[in-house]
Amino acid sequence: MRAIWFVAGAAFKESVRDRVPYTMVVFAVMMIAASYLISELTAGQDLKIIKDLGLAAMSIFGLVIAVFIGIGLVSKEVERKSVFALLTKPITRPQFILGKYLGLLVTLVVNLSVMTVAYYLVLFYMETTATATMRASWAAPALDPRQLIAIVLIMGELALVTAVALLFSTFSSPLLAALLTLGLWVAGHFNHDLRQFEQVVDSRAVAALARGLYYLLPNLAPFNVRAEVVYGIPVAASHVGLTLLYAAAYVAALLVAAIAIFRRRDFK
Amino acid sequence: MLAAIAALLTVSIGVQVVRDRGWQPYQPQTALLWFQSGPLLKRVSLGFQNLMADTYWIRAVVYYGGIRRSVEKNRDFGLLDPLLTFVTTLDPHFKVAYRFGAIFLTEAYPNGPGRPDRAIALLQRGLEASPATWEYSHDIGFVYYWWLHDYKAAARWFERSAQLPGAPVWLKPLAATTLATGGDRQSSRQLWRQLGDTDIDWLRRSAQHRLLQLDAMDVVDELNRLVQRFTSREGRPPREWRELIASERLRGLPLDATGQPYALDPLTGRIDVSPQSTLWPLPWPREGTGPATP
Repeated sequence: MRAIWFVAGAAFKESVRDRVPYTMVVFAVMMIAASYLISELTAGQDLKIIKDLGLAAMSIFGLVIAVFIGIGLVSKEVERKSVFALLTKPITRPQFILGKYLGLLVTLVVNLSVMTVAYYLVLFYMETTATATMRASWAAPALDPRQLIAIVLIMGELALVTAVALLFSTFSSPLLAALLTLGLWVAGHFNHDLRQFEQVVDSRAVAALARGLYYLLPNLAPFNVRAEVVYGIPVAASHVGLTLLYAAAYVAALLVAAIAIFRRRDFK
Repeated sequence: MLAAIAALLTVSIGVQVVRDRGWQPYQPQTALLWFQSGPLLKRVSLGFQNLMADTYWIRAVVYYGGIRRSVEKNRDFGLLDPLLTFVTTLDPHFKVAYRFGAIFLTEAYPNGPGRPDRAIALLQRGLEASPATWEYSHDIGFVYYWWLHDYKAAARWFERSAQLPGAPVWLKPLAATTLATGGDRQSSRQLWRQLGDTDIDWLRRSAQHRLLQLDAMDVVDELNRLVQRFTSREGRPPREWRELIASERLRGLPLDATGQPYALDPLTGRIDVSPQSTLWPLPWPREGTGPATP
């Protein structure tokens, strides 16, 4: 376990060296600027739009970090040949993969936590400056803690995307890994259509194939409860629990696959 | 190094200023919508449909506001309805898009497209998405009441709205009054006061404008009564204000709330707000009726 944390620590430090924390500054500046500017253009919908924007930005920034740092986690070490030095240390290949994954996950958690604080600070400002009439027109309170549910699920989605990027990073070039990861992310959001394929095709084989793909490809739509929390619509605890459990199982499968591929790689 | 960066940036800004004097980005003569289908837009938004709805809402507000402020004679609000359809397809719970969108759509030309039918369709979609929201039924009633002068339909919608959770207590009596007396000004005032009770500047201003128009309608009616009395007495309508002021012992030339004198038609004696007043034209119940002719 120590070896895993050692690799994770190194991966985290590397992401800091890669200026990943700058995204948090960009996020904070964007949120503050938006809260000033948007009210002029939105005909009284500033709070809803700030919430939409904040949650979407957390998701997009996180996705960019997960994909573009994730795809280099292994391939960069191989390209720089630093993997040889690492593997001569008492670190096994599975520990290397798990450590890399954990390192990026910690980066994402730190990033998302800071963004959450910045997000709530902007909402706090809006809450304190709002009049009673404005508050009465809000669908949900500005500081509604239920928004944390959406943020937790964004983290779940990012954990899954990171594992996908890491898997591709073990056997392909960074460019190809980025394309494949983004492709799967897009497919993951269209996944629901595959489930309904049998309603639009006559062929049972095609319908069965579509259903198989539905279960095989990552299903990312359930991670998106941003609209619900913005409107204060309750999100069932069972949905959150099952979605996070799905993420954990899928991530585990991807990590096992990544370990299996990385184990077989010949670096000579 | 910093000085060099600053100098080069200054040069680039200067070049841009010079270039912009002789070049404008291509603008199609009529504004375009790249997407023609709301459901398609929803699909390609990849889970960011709310953000996309916000973007389209801002575009709708800017589009409507931009045309309203423009000095062009032929104002075209053609994209307003499709933009609002996009917003509400992407985010079916976007309450303000339904409510304010309906206000934008109903405004009579040249301040809006003058499409109460589309406003009702928009609000009905809102009602389908959130059947328990009393405001949508109320707003449909309002469109029937104020813009279509269909008081039976208005009363039906007010009644329906009154039965929904959270509806204000005054809705039920309003439904009864509307049914019994049609579009009386007191009910109109109540509706506009309720709509104007908001922190949104333009909506508050719009409501205040309507309330001033309702006050002006009362004054015009009163003045026309005086004209009628003058006409019965003299056998002809007054030809100018001086005659009416003298015979009816008015304190002076009557002014509306914007400071403009009311207009007296020397041929018919009919009094209305002046076309120079920002209150003109007054929203008389049926087109063409205007103030009562003495």
